[in-house]
Amino acid sequence: MFRRLDAGTSAPRPVRITVDGQALDCREGDSVAAALFAGGIAACRDTAVSGAARGPFCMMGVCYDCLVGIDGRPNQQACMTRVRDGMAVERQIGAREVAV
Amino acid sequence: MSLDILSCDLLVVGAGPAGLAAATRAAGLGLATVLIDEQPAPGGQIYRAVSSTPVQARDILGADYWHGLGLLQPFFDSGAKHLASATVWSINRRDGDAGFEVAYSVATPGQDPQAALLHCRHIVLATGAQERPFPIPGWTLPGVITAGAAQILLKTSGVVPEGRTVLAGGGPLLYLLAWQYLNAGVRIEAILETAPPGQWRKALPFAWGFLRSPYLGKGLKLLRAVRAAVPIVQGVTSLEAIADATGQVGQLRYEAGGQGRTIAVDQLLLHQGVVPNTNLSRAIGAEHEWSERQDCWQPVVDAWGASSVPQLTIAGDGAGIAGAAAAEHRGRIAAVHAAAALGCIDSATRDREAAPHRAALTLATRGREFFEALYQAPPQFRRPVGDTIVCRCEEATAEQVRHAARLGCQGPNQLKAFLRCGMGPCQGRFCGLTVTELIADEQQRHPREVGYYRLRFPTKPVTLGEIASLPQTDHSRQSVVRFRK
Repeated sequence: MFRRLDAGTSAPRPVRITVDGQALDCREGDSVAAALFAGGIAACRDTAVSGAARGPFCMMGVCYDCLVGIDGRPNQQACMTRVRDGMAVERQIGAREVAV
Repeated sequence: MSLDILSCDLLVVGAGPAGLAAATRAAGLGLATVLIDEQPAPGGQIYRAVSSTPVQARDILGADYWHGLGLLQPFFDSGAKHLASATVWSINRRDGDAGFEVAYSVATPGQDPQAALLHCRHIVLATGAQERPFPIPGWTLPGVITAGAAQILLKTSGVVPEGRTVLAGGGPLLYLLAWQYLNAGVRIEAILETAPPGQWRKALPFAWGFLRSPYLGKGLKLLRAVRAAVPIVQGVTSLEAIADATGQVGQLRYEAGGQGRTIAVDQLLLHQGVVPNTNLSRAIGAEHEWSERQDCWQPVVDAWGASSVPQLTIAGDGAGIAGAAAAEHRGRIAAVHAAAALGCIDSATRDREAAPHRAALTLATRGREFFEALYQAPPQFRRPVGDTIVCRCEEATAEQVRHAARLGCQGPNQLKAFLRCGMGPCQGRFCGLTVTELIADEQQRHPREVGYYRLRFPTKPVTLGEIASLPQTDHSRQSVVRFRK
């Protein structure tokens, strides 16, 4: 589990997103991946190959293990996307489907 | 439509210390300069979020981090254009001496990324470093992250682990993170040190440089503080992360001094050094070499950072790991070189301009051989066996790669056909080094002979929509309508 430091930190503006429909309070400047960690969520997707659970691993856009759906768009890198008020994050379970 | 294409003298890719210093200096010398970076704010990973971090108590992250602030204002004042949240995914040479055509995408909140083109006469790649792959059983479990990722969480959001936290591996970053956690009042259960006992003997021949380096005072103070506060297990020879009932990491099995132990963990932070991020330099066709000291690939560059590709200069850790302080000076040297290559200054001015940065670079890199030898990642953690996943994207295992190598697979490129290794979204960033080393291991060849993936553009996944949104150039228009002529 991860938590937010209190001592020695400023308090950036609060931001509220939803994760699978559940409200999650986070802070301006958080990446979606950081918000998930701070909200106690370490796993954000299942792999398309074996269905194994994965979570953010590198936090710098390299590993692609933090893929989530954001506002209806699948396969978004949670570590490379900043939170915004009202953002809807969906964890990705199973392989993506291509809209036809 | 070519009016849509941004045009400049110099494109700098990456806004870490090398890129910031290069862009600032180049703009100062009169070059029309554009700096492209994937993050919303400059700083790279080492100075990540330095202008926006919620961690305001300066002694938590330490003075070396706050040094990054000093790079920002000169950059903003320099006149260089900053394209933030922008990812370069294609670089192509234009006809003759016209330089390059670069495709990049800009992430816009709530919208699909927009692709765009840029024309430049010279490029400085400052793409920095990434974690060396540390493939142990269970390294893909949620709750296992890199030490670099943990440090980014701290810098960008002030988010830290709670519960039972173990750091495993070796190298300066592991101890720096431990020290920063101590400063922030974060409890660390243990550090599992993977450097073999006696490794210091290999480092000893380099001790003289280290003793005269700026690392000595800082490093010893930091190590002393960490050692006094955190139990350190020396000589760890094997590591295995094991899932709990929820599918996240719950236990860590390790072996040290011939004794096996299992401990409960809530998160495991892994680190065994960093390696150059070479995807762009590879895809553009620059020559690379195997570094014996650092067990990784690095582009072949001269003392100016010039690569084997004309008009392509590489600076900072992307040209070979030497650290943040060195990266800054290498960035300035690259900028001066680019200015001379573009005819903006003559070679005498170039040499005079570069001289102080060369002297500073020598100082900044003194002593590095010492801890390169001290923290060299042990072979068993670079060359895994059995069911350990090697390619995180396609979930190919060490034994599958080794089996393919025993069947006669010629190298990493043919391995793609066998196992799809390196063909997932990360495009080999987290398996490339391991794959080279495993094939080398099985076939008793040198990694240099085994080679690396042949990387191509786009170097990051892009959607067809992004490609379709590119402005039409004369070339693209002709290639489509040529048959009508």
